[in-house]
Amino acid sequence: MSSTPSAGTIIDIERVEKRFGQVAALKKGIDARIREGEFFSLLGPSGCGKTTLLRMIAGLDDPTVGEIRIDGKPMNGVPANHRPTNMVFQSYAIFPHLNVFENVSYGLRKQRLVKAEVERRVAEALAMVSLSGYEKRASHAMSGGQRQRIALARALVLRPRVLLLDEPLSALDKQLREQMQIELRHLQREVGITFVLVTHDQSEALTMSDRIAVMFEGNIAQLDSPEMLYRRPISKRVASFIGVMNFFPASVTGESAKGVEAEIAGLGPMTVPKQQVPKDVTGREVTAGVRPEMMTLLFDETETAEREVMAEIDDVVYYGDMSYYSLRLPGCEELTTVSMRNTAGRPILKEGGSVRVGWGQESVVLLS
Amino acid sequence: MSAVPAEGKPLLGGRFRFWLKSEEASGFKLLSPAFLYALVMLAAPLAMVVVISFWTQELIDFDRSFTLKNYEEAWTDPIYRVLMLRSLAISGIVTVTTVILAFPIAYFVSFHVKHHKPLWILLITIPFWTSYLLRVFLWKVILGYNGVLNSGLIELGLIEEPLTFILYNATTVVITLAHAWAPFAILPIFVSLEKIDRSLLEAAEDLGDGPIQRFFRVTLPLAMPGVIAASLIVFIPTVGDYVTPRLVGGNSGLMIANIIQLQFGQASNAPLGAALALSAMVIVAAISVLIVWSSRRFTKRQAR
Ligand SMILES: Nc1ncnc2c1ncn2[C@@H]1O[C@H](COP(=O)(O)OP(=O)(O)O)[C@@H](O)[C@H]1O
Ligand SMILES: [Mg+2]
Repeated sequence: MSSTPSAGTIIDIERVEKRFGQVAALKKGIDARIREGEFFSLLGPSGCGKTTLLRMIAGLDDPTVGEIRIDGKPMNGVPANHRPTNMVFQSYAIFPHLNVFENVSYGLRKQRLVKAEVERRVAEALAMVSLSGYEKRASHAMSGGQRQRIALARALVLRPRVLLLDEPLSALDKQLREQMQIELRHLQREVGITFVLVTHDQSEALTMSDRIAVMFEGNIAQLDSPEMLYRRPISKRVASFIGVMNFFPASVTGESAKGVEAEIAGLGPMTVPKQQVPKDVTGREVTAGVRPEMMTLLFDETETAEREVMAEIDDVVYYGDMSYYSLRLPGCEELTTVSMRNTAGRPILKEGGSVRVGWGQESVVLLS
Repeated sequence: MSAVPAEGKPLLGGRFRFWLKSEEASGFKLLSPAFLYALVMLAAPLAMVVVISFWTQELIDFDRSFTLKNYEEAWTDPIYRVLMLRSLAISGIVTVTTVILAFPIAYFVSFHVKHHKPLWILLITIPFWTSYLLRVFLWKVILGYNGVLNSGLIELGLIEEPLTFILYNATTVVITLAHAWAPFAILPIFVSLEKIDRSLLEAAEDLGDGPIQRFFRVTLPLAMPGVIAASLIVFIPTVGDYVTPRLVGGNSGLMIANIIQLQFGQASNAPLGAALALSAMVIVAAISVLIVWSSRRFTKRQAR
């Protein structure tokens, strides 16, 4: 790992580890580069160390080992008030003794602006989060969604190089959360500031981010774009954390120019294209993975697929727009889930019957 | 009232019977022993003092005709005014000193002690498990003419003659009272510091504040309810303190309570003593209300 800042990198995280006494929150040394202007997410189950990493970027904690650089400048020992980052706290941390205006203008005092300029910037920030006219309101009289927006405005008004957000939407109800996901994404595009978001909600990370670091137990398991994470997960763990995936035991039988030859339980012998085989998949016994929508049911004889097999229908779950079929494939112990969009004229089959299932080379990935 | 209830009456009676079964009523029943105690031991004597203050002393008996003469004397005689103002001044200085000394202690325990905070608080109160008189006498031992402080300073060669301004005057009263009331000031301040959400402090730092700015912009305003409570807890009782000035105050350290005691005792003018006591009470109440009222902007905003 070279330490020369590559063009477009704003945050360099190098071999970072963090211990709290005996507890190792981040182990093995985390490496990541966050690019200028991107919407970057740290995604992982609760307790995996996302907040710890975010706080070290903010300067509220220092790494035990390793270094974080912002704009190429080493940040170890630089306190939060001297870093070009601002944070939206999980609890929002709205000052209860100050009103909305005083909260939003809190950090501007440092900049010694004239009063009119402060008022203009606060009004601008409040407009950005659709809270114009709320300046004089007492902050404790605001709802959860409004407090979240105040916290956002309070950070954005300072025009930081990086905005850090720790599960900013987790306290909101589902509808408001989905609305705010879209608004946050738009806001990020509009202001062009680098956002680093912490979340445990995979759909939130997928819909909002340019790139996602998936974390488990103090390590980054995979860092990729949402599409690549979904389509080319490198491990079973990542694959099942993001969306649903069917797993099949597989053994590698050889390698050719076209890809890796594998014998897959339930799917038979296949050539899996090179780009669908992660680098660290080695050895004979591996796992093949197929997303439910990457397989299809062939309802009548005219429909064909690259590969197909007869399967028994074990269960059908109807979701309105979609139907989920649990299928028993010959030679495969586990049930396989296939999702079908309920388009016009397409039948919904009953459990107990059998159906042809089709897939192609593109559908399958190998996993470690 | 006839056996057949008159119109309107049964409703009221029914309501009262209903109320007797209500939660509110059972609450009152539970409170009643304490309430009775307060009534007999506090309200009744106070009422007596009020009544006596409008009488006149006649040797060992009272002239029970109504008069405002006692109040007139209490509010016009310069001696009482001087003593009242001195009491307020001493209490005010004690309050400010105590709160300023208590704040860092409460702050330290709240922010820098990681484990066993309740134990720390308990340890702070240990010296106060001894009798108050003992502690006052200890101050005499420390501050006296041949006391610990003076002999220590002489030994060190810092002074040649013992310091005399440290015992038997108002300063001594301030020192003794500030020490005596410290735990009562530490506790409410500690509680309000404990209640401060630590992420607010991190937010302040994240928004650009250094430690000092952060203290004055977030920590102190949020600790204000505790500071106000501590001030009242110290101010109200110390204005009327009688033991401390009597033991360590000398003549220049006498306070209003001493003269009130004198009226009830040697001077045997209970009505004047009662009028002085009530005047002091009204003044303290007025100042306390003023303090609470002027601090409402801190407490009201943090209603949640
Ligand atoms: N201040 C701390 N002291 C001790 N352990 C901590 C502290 N902060 C976090 N941890 C531990 O570090 C791990 C990661 O915590 P955190 O970063 O908050 O996880 P996440 O945000 O992913 O839920 C957890 O096991 C947590 O208990
Ligand atoms: Mg967290």
